[in-house]
Amino acid sequence: MIRVVLPYHLRLLASVNGEVSLAVEGRATQRSVLDALEARYPMLRGTIRDHVTGRRRALLRFFACAEDLSHEEPDAPLPEAVASGAEPFFVVGAIAGG
Amino acid sequence: MSGVRVLVGTRKGAFILTADGKRQRWDVSGPLFSGWEIYHVKGSPADPNRLYASQTSGWFGQIIQRSDDGGKTWHQPGTPPGEPTTTPQGWPKGESNKFVYDTSSETGKPLTTHQWYDGTQHPWEFKRVWHLEPSLDDPDVVYAGVEDAAMFRSTDGGKTWHELAGLRGHGTGSRWMPGAGGMGLHSILIDPSDPRRLFIAISAAGCFRTDDGGRTWKPINRGLHSQYIPDPTAEVGHCVHRIALHRERPRVLFMQKHFDVMRSDDAGENWHEVSGNLPSDFGFPIDVHAHEPDTVYVVPIQGDSGRFPPEGKLRVFRSRTGGNEWQPLTKGLPQEHCYVNVLREAMAVDRLDKCGVYFGTTGGQVYGSADAGDTWTPIVRDLPAVLSVEVQTLS
Repeated sequence: MIRVVLPYHLRLLASVNGEVSLAVEGRATQRSVLDALEARYPMLRGTIRDHVTGRRRALLRFFACAEDLSHEEPDAPLPEAVASGAEPFFVVGAIAGG
Repeated sequence: MSGVRVLVGTRKGAFILTADGKRQRWDVSGPLFSGWEIYHVKGSPADPNRLYASQTSGWFGQIIQRSDDGGKTWHQPGTPPGEPTTTPQGWPKGESNKFVYDTSSETGKPLTTHQWYDGTQHPWEFKRVWHLEPSLDDPDVVYAGVEDAAMFRSTDGGKTWHELAGLRGHGTGSRWMPGAGGMGLHSILIDPSDPRRLFIAISAAGCFRTDDGGRTWKPINRGLHSQYIPDPTAEVGHCVHRIALHRERPRVLFMQKHFDVMRSDDAGENWHEVSGNLPSDFGFPIDVHAHEPDTVYVVPIQGDSGRFPPEGKLRVFRSRTGGNEWQPLTKGLPQEHCYVNVLREAMAVDRLDKCGVYFGTTGGQVYGSADAGDTWTPIVRDLPAVLSVEVQTLS
């Protein structure tokens, strides 16, 4: 199972507490993890990736294993530690504004 | 027993203020959707329990919220809590926040460009919903005015949205440009005598009207004069801040423009200025008394600089003559050291007798008057900056 940590506002929208555990078919990538997340929690569609372009929203970042993966290709494999569930995949709101 | 429900959208959430018909004691609930910008909350005239809210964020984009119980509980339309998250056909839900410009060859237009701040052309990009206008007779039909300026409609209670592409594709779109707050479609008025006629306003494009339910549109800006565009009397490009009408006289429109208060007596075909003796003809909101079609309210703001009330005095001005002759309403409002603004969506009237008038400020105050503006009381003082105020009159 892949572990995903969502920011506060998205946890509230999805009515979840703490981490989300997702079964992802095939290779674990940003795209496959987010596809699985949105399939389970459709209210999050459009909040992380643009509805039309599928691109990451500008003020969100993707972190894992102490690395910023935000600019990785959506189909690039995620670190093995994320794929195995040892480490979570973080969706983080950028620090901006008050 | 009669009462009112005031729906307040702020920079950090929504609040609901309720009172009985006397409008003296208020219950304040909220914040709802705390931390999110709530551009607009509005109730259906056909079902007062049906409310729609535009919840938006620079981080997470656009969310549409709906309540079916007068604001006690909310959900994203199409994805109520506890229900399956896919349709019986297996399709994922979660379309209620999907606003996609119509580019289909049958109904849409190619996604054109509009004028950017520097005069260059810029592609249309959806940013947020500024205004939600429920139909007068069907709670599941609701219009959305969005930034970048376009008009959307939902006929399934907000679950899915479709652009009325004839507006954006009208042909003048390349001359529309964003105002300081963005290129938003902020005013949607439905003609009570003919629901196929709608009036809308865009900053900074101007007013448009459809007479066929949104399929085709025409600009209605004749008579507007705007010094800040190269041709002050151009067909489009005017920064209209707000328009209003009285439901019993829908051919008469009132407008607060970025300088000038205007009036039309022929459904927007021609406009003339009615700023009269106002201390400033700049401002944002404008509204009409519920029972007196010639009684109009504005809040003058110093326009050339500052964007706060002239002389630091917060004054609502009322005309009982359909414009030109304006009377300051000050009783209960701060008359010194007041430097707040009142935004375009932040004024509304109720339908009780006497007519109640309400407005919110960027300083977080919501003021109410239960006597048509003669006296004012702060209902609540320390909310986040108020973006919008709507009122439901409950029986």
